[in-house]
Amino acid sequence: MKLQTLTAVALSTALVSGSALADLVIPDLSYRTGPYAAGGTPFSDGFQDYLKMLNARDGGIGGEEIRILECETGYNTEKGVECYESTKGEGALIYQPLSTGITYQLIPKATADQIPLHTMGYGRTSASNGEVFNWVFNYPANYWDAAGVIVNYLLDENSGDLKDKDIALVYHNSAYGKEPIRTLEALAEIHGFNFKPIAVDHPGQEQKSQWLQIRRERPDYVLMWGWGVMNQVAIQEAANIGFPMENFIGNWWSGAEHDVTPAGAAANGYKSLNMNRIGDLPVFAEIKKHVHEEGNASGDGSNLGTVLYTRGMYAAMLAQEAIAKAQEIHGVADVTPVMVRDGMEALAISADRMTELGMENIGPEFSVSCEDHGGSGLGIVQQWDAGEGKWVALTDYIEPNDDVTGPLIDEDSAAFAKEAGITPGCYAG
Amino acid sequence: MFYREAGDFKTSYEADSQTFPIAFDRYRYWFVLAVAFLVIPFVINDYWANALLIPFLIYAIAAIGLNILTGYCGQVSLGTGAFMAVGAYACYKLMTAFPEINILLHILLSGVVTAVVGAAFGLPSLRIKGFYLAVATLAAQFFLVWLFNKVPWFYNNSASGQISAPERFVFDIAVTGPNTKAWAAYLVCLVFVTLSAIVARNLTRGSMGRRWMAIRDMDIAAEIIGVNPLKAKLSAFAVSSFFVGISGALFFAVYLGAVEVGEVFGINKSFLVLFMIIIGGLGSIFGAFAGAAFLVCLPVVLKVIGVDLFGWPPDLVAHFQLVIIGLLIMFFLIKEPHGLAQLWRVAKEKLRLWPFPY
Amino acid sequence: MSADFLYGIEVILNGLMAGVMYALVALGFVLIFKASGIFNFAQGVMALFAALTLVGIMEGQVPFSHLINEVFGTEVHHFGWHVPALLAIAITLFVMVAFAWAVQKFLFKHLVGQEPIILFMATIGLAYFLEGFGDLMWGSNIKTLNLGLPQGGSRVIEDMTAKLGGDDFYGFFIDKLDIVATGVAIVLVLSLICFSQFTKQGRAMRAVADDHQAALSVGISLNFIWVLVWSLAGLVALVAGVMWGAKSGVQFSLSLIALKALPVLMLGGFTSIPGAIVGGLIIGVGEKLFEYLIGPMVGGATENWFAYVLALAFLVFRPQGLFGEKIIERV
Repeated sequence: MKLQTLTAVALSTALVSGSALADLVIPDLSYRTGPYAAGGTPFSDGFQDYLKMLNARDGGIGGEEIRILECETGYNTEKGVECYESTKGEGALIYQPLSTGITYQLIPKATADQIPLHTMGYGRTSASNGEVFNWVFNYPANYWDAAGVIVNYLLDENSGDLKDKDIALVYHNSAYGKEPIRTLEALAEIHGFNFKPIAVDHPGQEQKSQWLQIRRERPDYVLMWGWGVMNQVAIQEAANIGFPMENFIGNWWSGAEHDVTPAGAAANGYKSLNMNRIGDLPVFAEIKKHVHEEGNASGDGSNLGTVLYTRGMYAAMLAQEAIAKAQEIHGVADVTPVMVRDGMEALAISADRMTELGMENIGPEFSVSCEDHGGSGLGIVQQWDAGEGKWVALTDYIEPNDDVTGPLIDEDSAAFAKEAGITPGCYAG
Repeated sequence: MFYREAGDFKTSYEADSQTFPIAFDRYRYWFVLAVAFLVIPFVINDYWANALLIPFLIYAIAAIGLNILTGYCGQVSLGTGAFMAVGAYACYKLMTAFPEINILLHILLSGVVTAVVGAAFGLPSLRIKGFYLAVATLAAQFFLVWLFNKVPWFYNNSASGQISAPERFVFDIAVTGPNTKAWAAYLVCLVFVTLSAIVARNLTRGSMGRRWMAIRDMDIAAEIIGVNPLKAKLSAFAVSSFFVGISGALFFAVYLGAVEVGEVFGINKSFLVLFMIIIGGLGSIFGAFAGAAFLVCLPVVLKVIGVDLFGWPPDLVAHFQLVIIGLLIMFFLIKEPHGLAQLWRVAKEKLRLWPFPY
Repeated sequence: MSADFLYGIEVILNGLMAGVMYALVALGFVLIFKASGIFNFAQGVMALFAALTLVGIMEGQVPFSHLINEVFGTEVHHFGWHVPALLAIAITLFVMVAFAWAVQKFLFKHLVGQEPIILFMATIGLAYFLEGFGDLMWGSNIKTLNLGLPQGGSRVIEDMTAKLGGDDFYGFFIDKLDIVATGVAIVLVLSLICFSQFTKQGRAMRAVADDHQAALSVGISLNFIWVLVWSLAGLVALVAGVMWGAKSGVQFSLSLIALKALPVLMLGGFTSIPGAIVGGLIIGVGEKLFEYLIGPMVGGATENWFAYVLALAFLVFRPQGLFGEKIIERV
């Protein structure tokens, strides 16, 4: 009884103090604990540091202060739902669930509550069909784009011919890991390569069978859709069997510093995709000056400039631009979630604007429309330099295969629309 | 003081053996039910429903189910997560195959399907006992999760590999799908919890429950006095899985709405439900509720206190949360090894005599 | 010999190696269960905690730095020194002994004579506590273990055996880390056996395992023996944590290796040290071979559940595990 009264008191105070302030509320569903903490921490640090920097330097967005609500999900679906419910009452403008599982929970909920979701490079791929998923945005790229980008990169490496090449996919045996299979199968048919998926069960600490199989079959390339401990072990095992690391390509959740450092020098040459540029950006100096030196750094402040930190910052920047766009469209500074949705749908990221923000070339140029919530789908390939201890971008932004993924997206979103009883069409207020 | 038992005489065996023999308890029981059914639905909001009450109610059903198996029949099971998944997937297949049939019936049928599966996986219990059996039920846990992940038929070949609940109605009120109102979802769960608790209570004090308890206390002795271990153990597995299946169906259809099997019904769920019944008290229906409330509410309470009141960074709070939950579990076990239910019983005995202890 | 057959042998060899790794985790369970009847759910978290402590000490990390910085507004992270590996291992062992003492003093001393399931539950509480405590103490990022353990396939074995098959056989792949792990496991088991057979404390430990009350009546301190046993389990946890952590880095997921040890325990019996080793080998070979032969037909990733099904199949014929003490029931 006592505990319940306590919660009630705590909740009501939290709610009261929340509704009194009129500012831009941006929740951050982070995961700094649990099996995926190593990936969640830098992302969340980057996300928050950038928004804090905007507060300190510009006084928020359009003169309106930003309030960050961090809520720890531990990558756990139920905690994610709790976080969503506890923050949405405070006027949250945009959700970034940061987990495929939580995204699937929130798609129907956020649609009913009319709060936009932004799932950057994860979540439901077919959400890029904006006519079915009015409230869900997954720009700048999704998993099916990623599969296309990798195949295009390999085509480029092999002077346009992948015929009879063997390409294996090592994937996390979950909905996330299975995402690229359909696209890769379709591409295998077009380009004539042999595609072989190899499943690794969660959590993926023991992958000897899988890598012995790869050693036996000697595929030309191995792709990886991994997450958590599976990444570190896979890279170590690939090095163990002597697989040429430059032919081992991970997706963008398998290509951060902490994925390769445990394997040490053996990981040298490992490649991965990335949806954002890496390296030193002018904006880091701003963050250092306005946030870190003021003692406001999120976490312990050691992640500045890492791959996932940059991605978190990029996500915050996209949210900032969407809110600024919404302020511009509606002419008010204190925007609502519905207005932010309009801002997201009218979002256009240009090279000049990125340079202006101190993030030159951090992502591809893209624009969002009512029909297409998916962005351009471009990605780069980066390579790990173990000697220098940093990722090096190998390519410029590579095009995905929209003609292959387009029909798949239409098919899947049509199935969802039918199941959920949605009549496709642009959001009309 | 609280309990005024003077004049509360029993004149029939029925009256003497009822669930709440003390009049005050009975009134309180009706009062709690009345509040739950008649007050809460009108004041509930999305946060209270989705963060606390609905998960609490659903876990309570699962805990009742597992308590029948572990608390009453003495068979430790770590397959609860997988059996919940069976319920969820059965419900999904039924919902999509027969959309015209009432969802409540589907949820019940999911329970039946799970009962069959549970009884099948209960077969090894005839040979294997104790912790060996607990580990053996993990075979069910891992195999079923793998199966649901691997065979596209279970998730209707959807590209995402997840199952999501379509909208279904009871009396023209949505109870699943995105437009479900908090009170509707809450009421559906509440009805199932109430019925489950009543059924479980009456099963466990009837002849079936006595057979289970005989097996629990000593199975060889029970066999000698004429309890058929095959029937008793398998019936416990079936009945337990029935409740667990219902909770899984509700968990998927009413609470989450979309589920990926490995993430939601993984091994952690099995452990969580087992923790609930041990903390709450083995062999007690009240214990199932107490344990579910403890493990659902405590993390939220700690989070609210730490993050919202003290303004600590969420990751520190999350780490402290683990430390505090761990310490509380150990503390409770040292103070009262038989769970919250026993604590409650002791408190009640004290209250009945209060203010005259002797 | 055909390449497929040779590859089958390679799979078996690697299965044996994997089995040793599982057995390392299972050993810790057996030690505690045998001496005190406690099914120690926290064994996996202990492995994580021991490995975290080792890395933290080696790197000169300040314990609880995040908490300290938050409370006092300071910016401390590192002491700025690196502790040599051997000294760090010694300090870590000292920490694990202190932990064993604390567990006995504050937890199990108060739970003597309780039912097994209650003791099991207490270790779950312990697991929660230790997980949060480890995170608070050392942070939740992935740490690299620099003990200089060899990694990668052994070239020598590969070259020597490459001639056995045709052109499509590349020689046997054996991971050097696995060879080291096997050596460590052999040393560990031999010294445990020597300890329990030839020392006074070891004999006392066996006496306690046989009969608590009889041991107590001849003057053996149960308290001391239990602290000893938990310390030994801490040592085994450290070894397991180091071996597994060398592969994946030291991170939260290390605590999940306990799940790999459970089928081993079931198969070998909860009370037998040789059982843990033999069980580990059977599980390792069984799951790898199944994945090699049957896995491709059913879509792969079968290892997790097959290990349990295999153990279950054995249990149906021997309900106490291969080497477990025969269960005698009296009315």
